[in-house]
Amino acid sequence: MNLPTRSEVEDFLFLEADLLDNWQLKDWLALYTQDAVYQVPSTDLAKTAEPDNSLFYIADDYARLEQRVIRLGKKTMWSEYPRSKTRHLVTNVRVLGTSGDDILVRAAFAVYRTKWGNTDIYVGSYEYGLRRDGAGLKISKKRCNLDLDGLRPQGRVSILL
Amino acid sequence: MGTSNQDVLIAEDEKLGLFQVARKAFTDSTIMDAEYDAIFNKCWLYIGHESEVAKKGDFVRRLVAKRNLIFNRDTSGTLNAFFNTCPHRGAEVCREPKGNAKHFQCFYHGWIFSAEGKLKSLPGADRYSGDFKNQDRGNLVPVPRFANYRGLCFVNFDVGACTLEEYLGNAKEYLDLVVDQSAEAMTIISGQQDYAIRANWKLLVENSNDGYHAATTHATYLDYLANTRAIGNEVALKGIGKELGGGHAVLEYTAPWGRPIANWIPPWGEEGRKEMDAIHAKLVELHGQEKADRICFKNRNLLIFPNLVINDIMALTFRTFYPAAPNYMSVTGWALAPAAESEWARKYRLDNFLEFLGPGGFATPDDVEALESCQAGYANSLENGTGWNDISKGMGMDASYDDEVQMRSFWKEWNRRVTQAAGQAE
Repeated sequence: MNLPTRSEVEDFLFLEADLLDNWQLKDWLALYTQDAVYQVPSTDLAKTAEPDNSLFYIADDYARLEQRVIRLGKKTMWSEYPRSKTRHLVTNVRVLGTSGDDILVRAAFAVYRTKWGNTDIYVGSYEYGLRRDGAGLKISKKRCNLDLDGLRPQGRVSILL
Repeated sequence: MGTSNQDVLIAEDEKLGLFQVARKAFTDSTIMDAEYDAIFNKCWLYIGHESEVAKKGDFVRRLVAKRNLIFNRDTSGTLNAFFNTCPHRGAEVCREPKGNAKHFQCFYHGWIFSAEGKLKSLPGADRYSGDFKNQDRGNLVPVPRFANYRGLCFVNFDVGACTLEEYLGNAKEYLDLVVDQSAEAMTIISGQQDYAIRANWKLLVENSNDGYHAATTHATYLDYLANTRAIGNEVALKGIGKELGGGHAVLEYTAPWGRPIANWIPPWGEEGRKEMDAIHAKLVELHGQEKADRICFKNRNLLIFPNLVINDIMALTFRTFYPAAPNYMSVTGWALAPAAESEWARKYRLDNFLEFLGPGGFATPDDVEALESCQAGYANSLENGTGWNDISKGMGMDASYDDEVQMRSFWKEWNRRVTQAAGQAE
């Protein structure tokens, strides 16, 4: 497989970030494959921990991720309605190689969430699995490893990281 | 003790069917100080489960009511809780969140302690008097009281407190319904959910066993359930709330979600049905039909006063929380499971847990929002007519799971302890 260039991957991840920050969540979901997983491990777990036998904050398959997006679109999702303001900063992008059909990418992130006068920061690293999709790319895995000692004071991961 | 708390904080009128709590109880820092004095420094507090320190030498660090503690199993297999501070000059002797160690070494001047807390190495010992060395002055200090109820470990900072079993009282029946979910040991699953809420800790006490808020606060979760997981399992939310004495209380009810012990739902398929049937059959064999049905098909939200919540619902979670300020609490959540359950059961248990529970679930974030919204609303508490919360639902009636008897139980015990302490301070 020809690996994409870093700038192609960056363009793709910056698009993803922009969709999230504009709350275009259905368009965001369309970037994911039908077998995609989206994970946020608890902060005391090893980098190799898996959600089948360790307690994460989030471990969605595509079906639950779709439900998460539906939930985020409702005015009765009180934690995100009124919507928070977010800004996803994605940097230190590296294209590492392949594993099966997946192109492995790592990046660093800082996500700012502002609501009710509080600005909380979620900082960590992304592990992506990407797939070729025609001329473009799709996401088969997004794992958000937080560089935090728990969600204090953030309190929740009600947004998509 | 600095409280000006001769104010009435709880107003109860059975004839009028009225129970009110002063909102000052959520905002006043002198009341928080009184809570540390009269509640957290006097009650039995959960420190952890014995499975977290399963092997000799295992340890975890724990913050319990502002104390920095080491919870460990020593080389003889005994469980201990020590204050994590060097007797010499105070530095922490344990600086890792968890691990296995036969010794703890203070890095400041090099004192070394055994897992039993005894001073084993005193650098420059020849410069200390014989008396100093004979008086055991250099050992780690254990917490005043430590006790283990069927694997659940508690500490108490009051040397004169009653025994843990006396303290738990009627709540033991409900702890047994948790511990008896397996003939083998129960275990805490790796992964600890640490989070905070910008709200008073007692709001989470109320919220953790509140059957009344689900229909609105968790509307999106119930939509999700109805549209996906619960199809073919349309069980009504129905049951009771109960005071257990000592401020402990419980809700016990049926619900439309699946339970890993052991209430099958259609999305779990035939493999899942076999698993659930086998677990149920095993529990019937162990405990008889009635208790097995109760364990499997009823949900329980249990509060052990003041701040241990055990929710035995779509998964089994333990939760404790402490105030750092009247408007800020730190929360820790764990998942408990039978140590010997199958890979399938563990995977589906955790999947079920995350669907509802925790800071990334489809429900808890909305609870956090509600609690923070209450706290924001208390900014109005000085105005006429907005100074009181209402906790009256179900007064004078048989208690339903969605009434508020369990909260009144907490508040009465809370008030008894806080006002008693304030009275003594006069």
